[in-house]
Amino acid sequence: MSNAAPVVEHHVAHHFDTAEQEFETAKLGMWVFLAQEVLFFSAIFVAYIVFRHLHPEMFLEASHHLSWKLGALNTVFLITSSFTMVMGVRSAQVNERSASIKYLIATLILAGAFMVVKYIEYSEKFHHGYLPGKFFFGEGSHETLHLFYGLYFAATGLHGLHVLIGMGLILWLIIRSLRGEFYSDYYTPVEMVGLYWHLVDLIWIFLFPLLYLVG
Amino acid sequence: MSTATGKNFFEAASGWKSWLFTLDHKRIGLMYLAAVCIAFGLGGLFALLLRLELLTPTQLLFSAKQYNQLFTLHGAVMVFLFIIPSIPASLGNFFLPIQLGAKDVAFPRLNLASFHIYIFGALFCLYSIFAGAIDTGWTFYTPYSTQSDTSVISMTLGAFILGFSSILTGVNFIATIHKMRPKGMTWFRLPLFLWAMYATSVIQVLATPVLGITLFLMILEVSLGIGIFDPALGGDPVLFQHFFWFYSHPAVYIMILPAMGIMSELVTTFCRKNIFGYSFVAYSSIAIAIISFLVWGHHLFVSGQSEYATMLFSLLTFLVAIPSAIKVFNWLVTMYKGSISFDTPFLYFLSFMFLFSIGGLTGVFLGTLSIDVHLHDTYFVVAHFHYVMMGGTVMAFLGGLHYWWPKMVGKMYSEFWGRISCLLVFIGFNSVFFVQFIMGSKGMPRRYYNYLDQFQPLHAFSTFGTWILGLGFIIMAVYLLKSLKSGEKAPDNPWGGLTLEWKTTSPPPLENFETVPEITHDPYDYEKAGL
Repeated sequence: MSNAAPVVEHHVAHHFDTAEQEFETAKLGMWVFLAQEVLFFSAIFVAYIVFRHLHPEMFLEASHHLSWKLGALNTVFLITSSFTMVMGVRSAQVNERSASIKYLIATLILAGAFMVVKYIEYSEKFHHGYLPGKFFFGEGSHETLHLFYGLYFAATGLHGLHVLIGMGLILWLIIRSLRGEFYSDYYTPVEMVGLYWHLVDLIWIFLFPLLYLVG
Repeated sequence: MSTATGKNFFEAASGWKSWLFTLDHKRIGLMYLAAVCIAFGLGGLFALLLRLELLTPTQLLFSAKQYNQLFTLHGAVMVFLFIIPSIPASLGNFFLPIQLGAKDVAFPRLNLASFHIYIFGALFCLYSIFAGAIDTGWTFYTPYSTQSDTSVISMTLGAFILGFSSILTGVNFIATIHKMRPKGMTWFRLPLFLWAMYATSVIQVLATPVLGITLFLMILEVSLGIGIFDPALGGDPVLFQHFFWFYSHPAVYIMILPAMGIMSELVTTFCRKNIFGYSFVAYSSIAIAIISFLVWGHHLFVSGQSEYATMLFSLLTFLVAIPSAIKVFNWLVTMYKGSISFDTPFLYFLSFMFLFSIGGLTGVFLGTLSIDVHLHDTYFVVAHFHYVMMGGTVMAFLGGLHYWWPKMVGKMYSEFWGRISCLLVFIGFNSVFFVQFIMGSKGMPRRYYNYLDQFQPLHAFSTFGTWILGLGFIIMAVYLLKSLKSGEKAPDNPWGGLTLEWKTTSPPPLENFETVPEITHDPYDYEKAGL
């Protein structure tokens, strides 16, 4: 079905000399932007180190409130989605448009599944009162438990926001692919969103053991 | 696309949409220029008012709280709305692609987005001024900032948003310098302004997100009480200081590095001489950028940081003085046996040399542990950073503004009034701030709206200075705006500069050059250029 749309040829922007220069520039810009993303999350990781050092027992207790099974399931979802993303980029690169679209749709579904699991986890925490700061009313033997949940919600919330933005971008890629805008000589946006998506995956791979597997 | 139409970039399109939604880096640069100048005027107005309050030892015009709000707004507006974007986003945006020989920055749409984000963030800051004017100081230190009943959230949200504008500019400039260089423009043929912009961009990209997340956590702290920075809830307020200065100290170099870049341009053009030690000046920008990430702890000498950390941070702070001094000495040696012309931009160059040297040296005093314990939170600190920020960055910004004004708008300003205004700014600035070193060393603490009678003569002197300074800026605004209407038409190369922006028309055409000039020699090689 998608192959029905004719290829829409890409024109190199006026300020570039060649398509290759345009692609390389976009790629460098994206990597620099990703460096920024890493630094953006860094302070949360530093805060994590500081508070875990200050309250090691509390962190141990808090991590037992989280379901490692749901966390692991989400890890599987995201790692698999990184794989489907790679295949999506690869298929675009070798002119297999319908395969590329299928892989992108798979990525979108896996990302959605991640968010559904996250929703289940969040509502369970809300229900038991494991909330940040002054909203905390959960049970526990450490009175600083709310600090862990402050970090937990800040970190997973920001990460979840990145997943949502990624889902929007993947949807945008699917629409453009259906219009026939990506082919072997031009697939820059697919590649860029792919890079972004791997970073989102990577951040989760750090968050999962730090938050769920303390004990 | 044909550019051989003889039209400059002003004539290429018209109407307000051709500005607000332009992708042309030159128009975006000029819009930024207008925006940062308005911010500077606003911040300056706050400064005039708060200095007026300090004319007498007791209450004159404002209550203690209003005074706190005034110095906070002065600081926040000057830092986030003016000085961070000042040179990179305005002059940098306009001249980075032209000096490189490129048609535009790498990502023109991102460039426009960055401007729109700036305006969006600025609206939050303006809202904050009218909705309960924040009174925490521009550093937003916890725990006070989480308890203040003023507009903490809107101002920090504004700064958070402005941060993304700064990050995107940095991303754009790094990609542009790496990938948009035409044939012949090697790394070591880059004008030194571009090396400085590159180093600045690295800091913008790597430090600003840390401020972003810090302010994000603080907004959560104020709104949800997550307790990360609140000792009553088991949190750590000093952690906020660490996070804040991990950005805000490198940010000082976001402010000064572009200024240093302009200095290298000014000294070569107005001395008709190649820069002394090109690679040292270039690498020292990179060295400053790297070391800038390792010195934040010198803001926490008396905040309960460990003694070992404190000693290490003191040592690292001294290291920054080395690349900075390399630059100053190289500019000085470049002047030696040069053919110097004292046009307005060069007068700002000289002002920078005097004022930055004082600002830099007093920074070494403050980096010294035993001295800092006494001078911490006194007017000595206030004087020090104003000598660096205003004596350094603002002087170079004004130097660059006067240097490139004819190129940007195609009109000459009045040289006579330019010199008068530079003189007034120089005298006014020193009157305001030199006495603050003396007051600080005698123990006058900063951020107090009342003071002991014995300080009145010095405080009054400082306040009088602000009026001279203000007059200098008013004259400047008048002759620059007047030049737009009735200034003489600017030649392509009024100062005899060698870098590429002087090889195109004033103002430049839409894609910067009718034909991209061939790059065959170093940027400041007056001998090979045959001048």
